[in-house]
Amino acid sequence: MTPDGDEADPNTVSERTTQRAPSDDPETRDRPSGSATMASVTETKPPSTGSSRTTSGGVGERVFRGLTTGSGLVVVAAIALIGLFLVVQAVPSLLANNANFLTSPDFNTSDAGNLRFGIRDLLAVTLLSSLMALAIAMPIGMGIALFLTQYTPARLARPFSYVIGLLAAVPSIVFGLWGILVLAPAIEPIAQFLQTYLGWFFLFAPGNLPVLTGTIFTGGIVLAIMILPIITATTREVFAQTPRFQIEAAQALGATRWEVIRMAVLPYGRSGFIAASMLGLGRALGETIAVLIVIRTATSPSHLSLFDGGATFASKIAAAASEFSQPLPTGAYIAAGLVLFVLTFVVNALARVVAGGKVNG
Amino acid sequence: MAKRLDLKDVDIYYGDFHAVQNVNLSVPPRSVTSFIGPSGCGKSTVLRTLNRMHEEIPGARVEGQIQLDGEDIYARGSDAVAVRRTIGMVFQRPNPFPTMSIRDNVVAGLKLQGVRDKKKLDEVCEASLRGANLWKEVSGRLDKPGGGLSGGQQQRLCIARAIAVQPDVLLMDEPCSALDPISTLAIEDLIGDLKKDYTIVIVTHNMQQAARVSDQTAFFNLEATGKPGHLVEIDDTEKIFSNPTERETEDYISGRFG
Repeated sequence: MTPDGDEADPNTVSERTTQRAPSDDPETRDRPSGSATMASVTETKPPSTGSSRTTSGGVGERVFRGLTTGSGLVVVAAIALIGLFLVVQAVPSLLANNANFLTSPDFNTSDAGNLRFGIRDLLAVTLLSSLMALAIAMPIGMGIALFLTQYTPARLARPFSYVIGLLAAVPSIVFGLWGILVLAPAIEPIAQFLQTYLGWFFLFAPGNLPVLTGTIFTGGIVLAIMILPIITATTREVFAQTPRFQIEAAQALGATRWEVIRMAVLPYGRSGFIAASMLGLGRALGETIAVLIVIRTATSPSHLSLFDGGATFASKIAAAASEFSQPLPTGAYIAAGLVLFVLTFVVNALARVVAGGKVNG
Repeated sequence: MAKRLDLKDVDIYYGDFHAVQNVNLSVPPRSVTSFIGPSGCGKSTVLRTLNRMHEEIPGARVEGQIQLDGEDIYARGSDAVAVRRTIGMVFQRPNPFPTMSIRDNVVAGLKLQGVRDKKKLDEVCEASLRGANLWKEVSGRLDKPGGGLSGGQQQRLCIARAIAVQPDVLLMDEPCSALDPISTLAIEDLIGDLKKDYTIVIVTHNMQQAARVSDQTAFFNLEATGKPGHLVEIDDTEKIFSNPTERETEDYISGRFG
């Protein structure tokens, strides 16, 4: 009933934990072994409630702290090791590369003695399909979130949210099959229309495929559906937390439903919505199997059109995975994976920056 | 501007729960009427029916008549949004729009009504801030966000926002309960100034405040938890606090309950 009262709690808790951490550190350094230290603690430390609690629960406290610290370090170590693995594996192939890694549209690794690979087209297809997915999913996700939090009574909103959640549970492979077998032929007339009337614009210009099915356009729509639940679920949470007193402020001025949304809900939820969209973008960038199935491979370079075919970083690597035997060609794909790794990192960092710029202090 | 309010046989329900029973009272224009009474007696509920804010709670409904200068605000064809544009409200907790500048906060209501003329908006902004005794403190930083002000200043900003649309009635729901004594005094002084132009209804838990700011006082009570609240009596503030008609009122204001 009173969301405003709950706001302060997480902050106070996190402050308390961060304040505790440094004061506990010297103790750990003083006492390398566990058993013989009880006496030294009582001697060195003035009796206070804090220290007595540490002495009484000393072993358990330290074990637990060790476990949590360890868990935290595992994540950092895993990311560092993945990065290291990618770099170590990629460097020899990058050195042996006879094409420009960043600008070449080819990805030719069939001759291990003459590697010619570049990520230009992989990057183009990855970004075009992901950004198109985002452009579709962001407004729809926001619309659903607003519908669920502002227009629907609670007893209808709940089952509806479950359905959205179910969308997230559909396996990628199913999305892929549905995308190429059902969606692609169904939207072909739309693609045809766009190309006929908006073909002068580079995104809708004729692509490098002979057909209009299985293009980035198709893949983008499939990806949009796949990231919709992520964006919707997070955005719904944020919108639902809009403080009651902010909403009342707008209502009392005679704001209509939409004006309340514009004056209170959107300013409050803006950063959360953007962060949610970035999460969705991260998912779209890395999606593999659905893209592999939906977007056809192309034989000529990308035209930067939505009606191109081709491969994303992820689908290119997945398609070649069965042929990873020689280290140098394999390294070329790992280099592509490294770029994807960095790309998702950048997206996550952006999401963090945006979400960190809190609207309500 | 400054209209009178009449409540006739008003009953308020939340679903099946009968929250407030049979309220009859009149609020004359250009005066301050305070609602006092124990928690749960329905005084805030009654206040919220005066600008139809209670309708935001599912299942809430009103029976009887609430008239603004003789016109029923619940009449068929009148809608809550329109009512709220003429009956302003100030809340317990200061609630400026945190991302809007001070200026945009003040003129938010006017913008909702479609006023776009920048000169007119600036004029109203200054007049409203002056009216809320806030102009001197913020005139140099009108473009700064309203969330950056102190609690007392935020509440006066909310009052400025409410009077910017020149409401017929100004409702205040415990406007000082989140403020320190000095800010409270500033708001009470402001209420004294505002009643020259506005009809004001204020809900307060603070009986001294009711005695200080209001011309007439309505005392609400409830027999027991779960029973509907009711209006015990309404009279001149001086009379309520010196020589009330009802025994119940005297017990409450002198600190003897029940």
